[in-house]
Amino acid sequence: MLKLDRPFIHMHSAHCESGVMSLLLSHYGLKISEAMVFGLSGALMFAYIPFVKLGGMPMIAYRRMPKAIIKGIQKNLGVKMRMETFSRPDLGTAALDNLLAQGQIVGLQSSVFWLPYFPEDMRFHFNAHNLIAYAKDGDEYLISDPVFENPVRSSTHDLERARFVKGMMAPKGLLYYPLALPETIDFVAVIPKVIKKTARAMLKTPVPVAGIRAIYALAKTIGRLQDKDRRYARLFLGHIVRMQEEIGTGGAGFRFIYASFLQEAGVILGDENLKECSRMMTAVGDQWREFALMIAKSIRKKKSLEIDFSALQKKLESVAVAEAQVYRKLL
Amino acid sequence: MESRFVPQDKVATHNNSTRKAIYATGQSGVYEIVPSSGWEVEAEATLQAVDELARLAASAYAKVIAGTAAPLYFHMYNCRMDFAVLAQASGISRWRLKRHLRPDVFAKLSTKIVARYAEALGLTVTELYQLPKKEQVSA
Repeated sequence: MLKLDRPFIHMHSAHCESGVMSLLLSHYGLKISEAMVFGLSGALMFAYIPFVKLGGMPMIAYRRMPKAIIKGIQKNLGVKMRMETFSRPDLGTAALDNLLAQGQIVGLQSSVFWLPYFPEDMRFHFNAHNLIAYAKDGDEYLISDPVFENPVRSSTHDLERARFVKGMMAPKGLLYYPLALPETIDFVAVIPKVIKKTARAMLKTPVPVAGIRAIYALAKTIGRLQDKDRRYARLFLGHIVRMQEEIGTGGAGFRFIYASFLQEAGVILGDENLKECSRMMTAVGDQWREFALMIAKSIRKKKSLEIDFSALQKKLESVAVAEAQVYRKLL
Repeated sequence: MESRFVPQDKVATHNNSTRKAIYATGQSGVYEIVPSSGWEVEAEATLQAVDELARLAASAYAKVIAGTAAPLYFHMYNCRMDFAVLAQASGISRWRLKRHLRPDVFAKLSTKIVARYAEALGLTVTELYQLPKKEQVSA
């Protein structure tokens, strides 16, 4: 277990898991930005899995599965994390309280819906949210939720409920903290390796549910919405925008945060190609935002007006073309 | 996206309680985190999802009033759940859950089963047998 008396400083991040990992590692002495955590974990992805439904909608994700960032960082940077789940809520709460009493800060997985500090309109049943508990004040936890601008609080009861919700991706009270950190990171070796792996995964997926092929598959599905029920078509399109923009992605479904990573990596290595790829990825992100705007305009219209599905399909296909170019340049 | 173009639409879905962090490029093209009060585009998508859940809750409410479904049906949607989520959260299989939504079946459920639904929905057992007054239902 790592020991120190440094006061904890909250930081505002785009995404919960990369934000928590950046805060945890930085607090214990390995200063690393959220963008670097995201990029070096190799978590960038695109997945469209029509047969896995969440709330009646197919799974659309702009990154790898929850916990991929924690695992990727351990593997790629040689960080050792302690990860613990619990069979009973009271055991999980006791373990957390014990760690906080020792002055540790602790990463936690929880449901979004049962966290008391979330705005009403953002409370959905998503069970893989991440946050940090950094102290306890009476019956209340002091919480650093990276996607919130300022620190927040939760009662013991509410946090316990959010940590022990059952269902898809149930957290089972998961808590985690670093056990051992590397002295330094060998960026020269690790950056190109992880970037190439990400680029290959995006370009060369064997099945069309992940990578660039999944973007094309989603575009094709949008074209086919023409023949579907209009209410479903509108909800489906809105669902894409939510996964891309509302669920803390830093904008454009993690493409901007990845561009930020490429830029930082380019500066560290003095690599002009990476800086150029960062600019290209920024342009790709802008195209994703244009795509979201097109959707918003088309679902906003009165019911009598037709949605131009083929225009949306073409737009998304052009995004796929542009994004594939970035990965080819990164290989 | 350049920092000066990061939307600041002061959207209602943020409830003024927080801004979200957006990655954008500053004046010299260097990336920075810009707090955003929201983008109308994402707020509309969020409200669409919230409205859809409210619509399902309202139609469930009407069915319970009409006597064709147990109050559990309304509480499920009111808690922003669906069959899959409630089945997993309560540990009761989906087809049993669907059967339990029949008022006659629900009336005969053991207290143990009812308690599991109540726990999953964050309600008391008494609340689970009742409907809130119409004006308290957000829809």
